[in-house]
Order: sequence, then C-alpha cells, then structure tokens
Amino acid sequence: MDKKHAKGRFLTLLFSIISVLYVLPVVIILLNSFKKKAYISKTPFQLPTGKMFVGLENYTSGIEKTQFFSSLFWSVFITVGAVAVIILCTSMCAWYIIRSNSVFCRALYLLFVFSMIVPFQMVMFTLSKTADLLKLNTPWGIIIIYLGFGAGLAVFMFSGFVKGVPVEIEEAALIDGCSPIGTFFRIVLPILKPTCISVAILETMWIFNDYLLPYLVLDIRKYKTIPIAIQYLRGGYGSIDMGAMMAMLVLSIIPIIIFYLSLQKHIIKGVVAGAVKG
Amino acid sequence: MNRTLRKYFPLFLMPTFIAFLIGFVVPFALGLYLSFCKFTTVSDAIPIGIRNYTQIFSDATFIHSLWYTALFTIAAVVSINVIAFTIALLLTRQIRGTNIFRTVFFMPNLIGGIVLGYIWQLIFNGILLYFDRTLTYSATYGFFGLLILLNWQQIGYMMIIYIAGIGNIPPDVIEAAKIDGATNRQILFRVTIPMVMPSVTISVFLTLTNSFKLFDQNLALTAGEPSSKSEMLALNIFNTFYGRTGAEGIGQAKAVIFFLIVAVIALLQLYLTRRKEVQA
Repeated sequence: MDKKHAKGRFLTLLFSIISVLYVLPVVIILLNSFKKKAYISKTPFQLPTGKMFVGLENYTSGIEKTQFFSSLFWSVFITVGAVAVIILCTSMCAWYIIRSNSVFCRALYLLFVFSMIVPFQMVMFTLSKTADLLKLNTPWGIIIIYLGFGAGLAVFMFSGFVKGVPVEIEEAALIDGCSPIGTFFRIVLPILKPTCISVAILETMWIFNDYLLPYLVLDIRKYKTIPIAIQYLRGGYGSIDMGAMMAMLVLSIIPIIIFYLSLQKHIIKGVVAGAVKG
Repeated sequence: MNRTLRKYFPLFLMPTFIAFLIGFVVPFALGLYLSFCKFTTVSDAIPIGIRNYTQIFSDATFIHSLWYTALFTIAAVVSINVIAFTIALLLTRQIRGTNIFRTVFFMPNLIGGIVLGYIWQLIFNGILLYFDRTLTYSATYGFFGLLILLNWQQIGYMMIIYIAGIGNIPPDVIEAAKIDGATNRQILFRVTIPMVMPSVTISVFLTLTNSFKLFDQNLALTAGEPSSKSEMLALNIFNTFYGRTGAEGIGQAKAVIFFLIVAVIALLQLYLTRRKEVQA
C-alpha cells in the first residue's frame, strides 16, 4: 500500500512539472510582451527588467497597428452569428431529414457526410469567387458560407441524436394538435440541448480560430478577424514588429482562456461527444 | 406524419440546403470542372483536358511537399497518439490533481493555428540563437518545430478522447483478467487497448486528417521557408493559386489530387481500425 502511495505522489510531481512546462510557452510570450521590441528576438528567455521593460507600449502600438478591437468585434460577431445560425438551421434540417426519410433526404444526408472529408483547399478558389459574385464578402454574408461549409458535421451530429429520440412523443404532440413547428421547438429542440452545446463548442473552436476562409471570403480592407490581423502584422510591415506581435498574441489568447475556464466542463464533454459521434 | 411534414419543407430544409449549395456543392462541382480548364477567373475558363494534371507531376515543389507532408503526418500521428494514450492511462489512476492536469493539457487546443505558429516561432528561434541559426535555416528544423507545435496543440484533445474510452471499460473485465492471473502488461495489451479501439479509431482519424491538412501553423511558423522546402501540401496549393500567375488550373488540379488523397487515407484508416474494435 505504501508503495502505491509513493508511486501516486511521484506521478503527481511528474505531472506538475510537465504542466508547468506546458504553460511555459504562453508565459514566455506574456513576459516578452512587456519587453522593448529590440530585445525580444535577442533575449527571448530573459525577464523584462531594467531598461528592457517598456510597460504597455507594445500593447498601445499593437492595438493601433492592427485595429485590434475592430478585429475582436468582427471575430466575435462572425463566430456568435455563425454558430447561432448553424445550430438553428442544421438541427431543423437534420430532424426533417431523419423524420421524412425520403429518397431526396437520404441522398442529401450522404452528401452532407461526404462534405466532411473534403479539405478546404478543394473548394477554396471557387468558394471565394462564388462569395464575391453573390456579394457575401461581408461579416453577414460569411455567416451563410459558414452554414454551408460547416453544415456537414452539424447535420451529422444532430441526425445521430435525432435517430435515438422516440418518434412516439412527436406523434403524440401532433395528434394533440401541435404543428410540426411547435413540435420541433417545444419537444425536439429541448431534447437536443446537449447536442446543441457540443455542436456549438466544436463550431466555435473552428470559426473563431479560422484564418483562411475569412481571409479569402471577406473584403479584408474593411473587415479583419483576429487571425487575419495577426498575420497582417507580419505581411504588412516588412520586418515584423516583435513588440506589437507579442502584445497581440497575448490579447488574442485572453478571450480564449476566459471562454475555456468558464465553460470548461461543457467544452470537454462537447469534444468527447463530437468525437464519439464522428 | 410524412404528409403533414412535407408542407414544411421550405422552412426546415431550405436555409441549410441553399447555404450548402453556395458553400459546398457549387464550389466543389465547379472546382472539379475547373481542374480540367485553363482560367484566371471562373468566367474565362477554357477546357484543356488533363494537361493541368500532367503538369503537376513535373512540379518539383509539389512532389517535395507531398513527401514532406506524408512523413510529417506519420510522425505526428504516432507521436501524438502514443503520448496522449500514455498520459490518459496515467491520469485515470486516480492520482491527485488529475483535473488540473487535464485542464492544462487541453488548453493549447483552443488557440488558433496562426497564434500557435508565432508563439513557437519565438521560442524555437530563441533556442536556435544559441547555435547561431534560425528556424528557417533548414527544412528539418521546420519539420521538428511543426511536430512539437502540433504535439503541444493536440495531445490534450486526444488525451480527453482516450480518457473517455478508458472510463468506458467495465471494471469487472479488468477484475476478471486479474483473477485469471494476467500481468499488468497483459491487461494493457490484451484488455485495455482492444477495449479502447473506438477511441483509437477516432483519435487516429482526427490526427491523420488534421496533420495532412495542416495550413495555418505551417504558414505562421515557417511560411515554407527556406525556399519552399518546409512547405506542406495545403500551403503549396495555396501558393500555386495566389503566388504564381496563370497557374490557377494547376492549383485546382493539385487540390483535386489533395482531396482524393485525404479521402482515400481517411476511409482506409476508418476501415482498418474499425475492424479491430471489439465488444465487451
């Protein structure tokens, strides 16, 4: 018994050390964001003390250069908008597909599943041209693109769950005079709530961090998301302003950490549910 | 039920269906067609048969990036899954602080590829500074840099999936094996691993497709430097489209090949590991 105890303590110690190493990269970025830009590349592993310390200078210059708050706004706007639309539309779509079970619906379902394995590069060029043509190159329009390109996984996950919902409940509601709309919103959707959370988390993780799709679809002179703004910092100014870069990296991680720590349980459950269904 | 439902077709199905046409079906079909054309925009396409495809195989950067990506994918799938599974095994032994460790290991997974790339660029360049080199000195550095980055990002995700899989093993199966006199090693290889095969299937699938399709991390960490030698397939296709003039057709043909490779390895892998799944 004592041996087992010692082993447990050893593992706790080992994992504590690994955990510290694990967060170290983020800590190093945080420390460097307070360092004068000339010192960042030369001495990345030293503390920002003495003449190296610049206070919040990197943050103010970075925010100005990238118009960070405008990017943050568009990132949040697109993510929240697209996730809400995806959940509403694909859950309705998946329910209809499973319950109507027509040849058309079954074919459509297969097409949705097929779309999950198609890499973005396959449709990248034609999708950005289609979006331009239909004037979908705005933060409002891109929501429709995300619904289209992200529908596969969402429909797949929702249908998997709808199949397990007993149809008798819905039939009882219909007999009692509830319309299909009422049945869906009052009975089916509440049952689907755990899947909604899983889908929301998976799609949020994808859309908030997505770089290429918004870069190609959006009119980036007017609208930038956070990943685009950060990449722009490197592309737009010849040599990279390391100070501004460090500050922007920190600012872009903060919302993610808040999101993660406040919804941690749901996120981990969502990931597991998504994986099992996938 | 069916007849009443049919009237509601426009409301339930139409929004997703139309978006799906715009966001997937039309671009996909058009992309397939354009891979057999010469074009700079969609409207000026002239069919030229399979000439785009024959040109791909004389494109040395494409062949190089294909091998580079394949090698990277194998290294990433093996390292991520072995490490994630080991951590999951240890963390399910009811040691103190398990929840904190899980939280920490999963965290990098939420950070986007571009941000991850720049974080690690600073760190690798800082370390290589002691050897008077930079990350873009050789494609080998880029390879291992990207490998460490992807491990850091995805180990936590796969660990969560493995922990769920291990948690689903009924305790009496392990108990029975112990009573029958199985050693710890036998329990691991004859009971635990076969029982978590569904988790292996999905984790290998995710790491396989994620590493093969890797783009953001590649772009931010090395951008293919030195001279396209650390360029993976997705970035190679992007650069063919947007970095060379008049090569759109070749880019699209590369994209079709890319899609076919991803589809074949994904389906093959699902088939192979699904066969190994057992029931309790």
